[in-house]
Amino acid sequence: MSRSAGDDRRREIVTPEGLALSLTLASRGTRAGALALDLMLMLLAAGATLAVLGEVFGGLSDARTADSGPAQLLFVVLVISAFVLRNGWFLLWELGPRGATPAKRLLGIRVVGREGARLTPEMVIARNLLRDIELALPIVFVAMAPTGAAGTAGWLAAAWFLLFAAFPLFNRDRMRAGDVIAGTWVVETGRQKLAAALTVGEAGDGGRYAFGEAELAIYGEHELKTLERVLRDGRAEVMDEVAAAICAKIGWTPPGRDAARAFLEAYYRALRARLESGLRFGRRKADKHAA
Amino acid sequence: MSEGGRQERRQELGVHGALTRLLGRAGGQEAAAISAATLRSDRFRIDREADWRRLEAIVGRLEAGRLRALSDEDLTALPVLYREAVSSLSIARETSLDAAALAYLEALVRRAWFQVYGPRVTLGGWLRRFFGGEWSRAVRAIGFDVGIALLLMVLGTVAGWLLVAGDPAWYAAFVPAEPGEVRVPGASQAALRGVLFGHSGESGLAAFAAMLFGHNAQISLLAFALGFAFGVPSLMLLVQNAGMLGAMLWLYHGRGLTLDLVGWLSIHGTTELFAVLLSGAAGLHIGRAMAFPGRRGVLAAAGAAGRRASVVMIGVIVMLVVAACLEGLGRQLVDETSGRLVVGGAMLAFWLWYFYAFGRGRAA
Repeated sequence: MSRSAGDDRRREIVTPEGLALSLTLASRGTRAGALALDLMLMLLAAGATLAVLGEVFGGLSDARTADSGPAQLLFVVLVISAFVLRNGWFLLWELGPRGATPAKRLLGIRVVGREGARLTPEMVIARNLLRDIELALPIVFVAMAPTGAAGTAGWLAAAWFLLFAAFPLFNRDRMRAGDVIAGTWVVETGRQKLAAALTVGEAGDGGRYAFGEAELAIYGEHELKTLERVLRDGRAEVMDEVAAAICAKIGWTPPGRDAARAFLEAYYRALRARLESGLRFGRRKADKHAA
Repeated sequence: MSEGGRQERRQELGVHGALTRLLGRAGGQEAAAISAATLRSDRFRIDREADWRRLEAIVGRLEAGRLRALSDEDLTALPVLYREAVSSLSIARETSLDAAALAYLEALVRRAWFQVYGPRVTLGGWLRRFFGGEWSRAVRAIGFDVGIALLLMVLGTVAGWLLVAGDPAWYAAFVPAEPGEVRVPGASQAALRGVLFGHSGESGLAAFAAMLFGHNAQISLLAFALGFAFGVPSLMLLVQNAGMLGAMLWLYHGRGLTLDLVGWLSIHGTTELFAVLLSGAAGLHIGRAMAFPGRRGVLAAAGAAGRRASVVMIGVIVMLVVAACLEGLGRQLVDETSGRLVVGGAMLAFWLWYFYAFGRGRAA
């Protein structure tokens, strides 16, 4: 069976009910994208806060002198909102039921406890307290080092902090430093619509095709899945090709382009019935190479 | 939910399903679909689809945080529906080759699992727990690291004093020279006194306090975060701060103002230095767990230490808010040494009591 590109990002956890659930870790690219998007949203939020404050305080005439009460209050509000925005943006969003900042949600990823542990507020706090050394400091030092202001020490510090920034590149679970000390993963949420069943309703072929044991025994679950995908995509030329390939294999004459869909649906239904009845007796046939 | 309750609920669902099948239009369609389905796996799916969709709707509303949009009925049904979906998925994995239903169930169970086993505390509930003992417990849990950090601070202060006493040129290394700074070696007693007293009439105190808080909080977060590098940078930051304290003490000592400086510092310093001490200790705690993880893996050790330390750090932010208010407001309003010492001492006593005596008897 072919392994898809996401396979090394797949992690199995076991729920308290004893069910193995698979999670897919978010790719590094997705996470970098979410970060960039979140930073942009933070800028927007900062702009909105400033606009609101300007609106509120701009109307007070004595706010223009630095020592007046309103000016002081404005300064206090500014400092506190800057602190909350800088340190609270990620924190407060991730504490919510979605476990995701707006950008994470948009890109379909969220924070979860590592190895299926329950996500706690402490974890979310811990993972977000480390953002400074992973983001702000590397940028500051990398920008500063080439100016030569700090000499060799500047370069060393830059390399040191780059190590933190690049942390997700060095471990299989794509954890950044904050994830390591918090015990968290970032995974894909993977919403999935329930697609209509292919095999419900009257058979499209009206019972024209009947397949024997020998004709169905050549394929396994992998081929069934591929066939389902072909049917769901519904592209005429592909269906025609696949129908011709199956017919060549079982020694039938190809049904022709117009009847390809009906033929494939009938074959899919028959193959699935056969494989599923095998499952009930404990026989699995993974693909055409399996015995 | 008890076994009996689940039974009852299941019956209820069953009766409900039968009724809609008999009476409703949707039920009629469903019955027709079942008769038309030839594959067992399709019948399995059609039988349960309504419950899956109901679970999906409930989970969607939970994710959106719209708890009020959920009826009590839905809330009690959630665990039952979740378990049904779990069992559907494990049955489907063994008996069904319906890829669409399998993928849907897998995603649905995962989403429901996040909600059913997600964080169960509200922000308010968490804060109550935090102030009601969790913070104190976390501080006690990193006691060893607090001890090391305290030792380093004392050593740093002594070293700062001794170095500057030996050669005043060291002073500039501890206290960064800023234009207009009067606190330099050789400064007159009057000049040094001027820094300590006589600012009670000044305005802009609230703004000053806010600025102090913003600055200090960001620094202590940094001290904590740097602990991740095996704790070394956290300690360096601690020692440097303590060295500055030692150098200043030496300077004021030389002009006979030691007690006045201590008073000036202590009104907010007992709180602020305590907070700095805790942030350094929290950083060190993580660094130590990573350097010496013990029998657990590095990841498990770092995770446990990180969660404990992050609780301490939220507390540090709270302490720094208090310290900034004391420094920005209290120090200018209380303009004499004994009053400052009383306030500083009382704060220290309070923190010691809160961290080391409060909530000790209660279970963790």
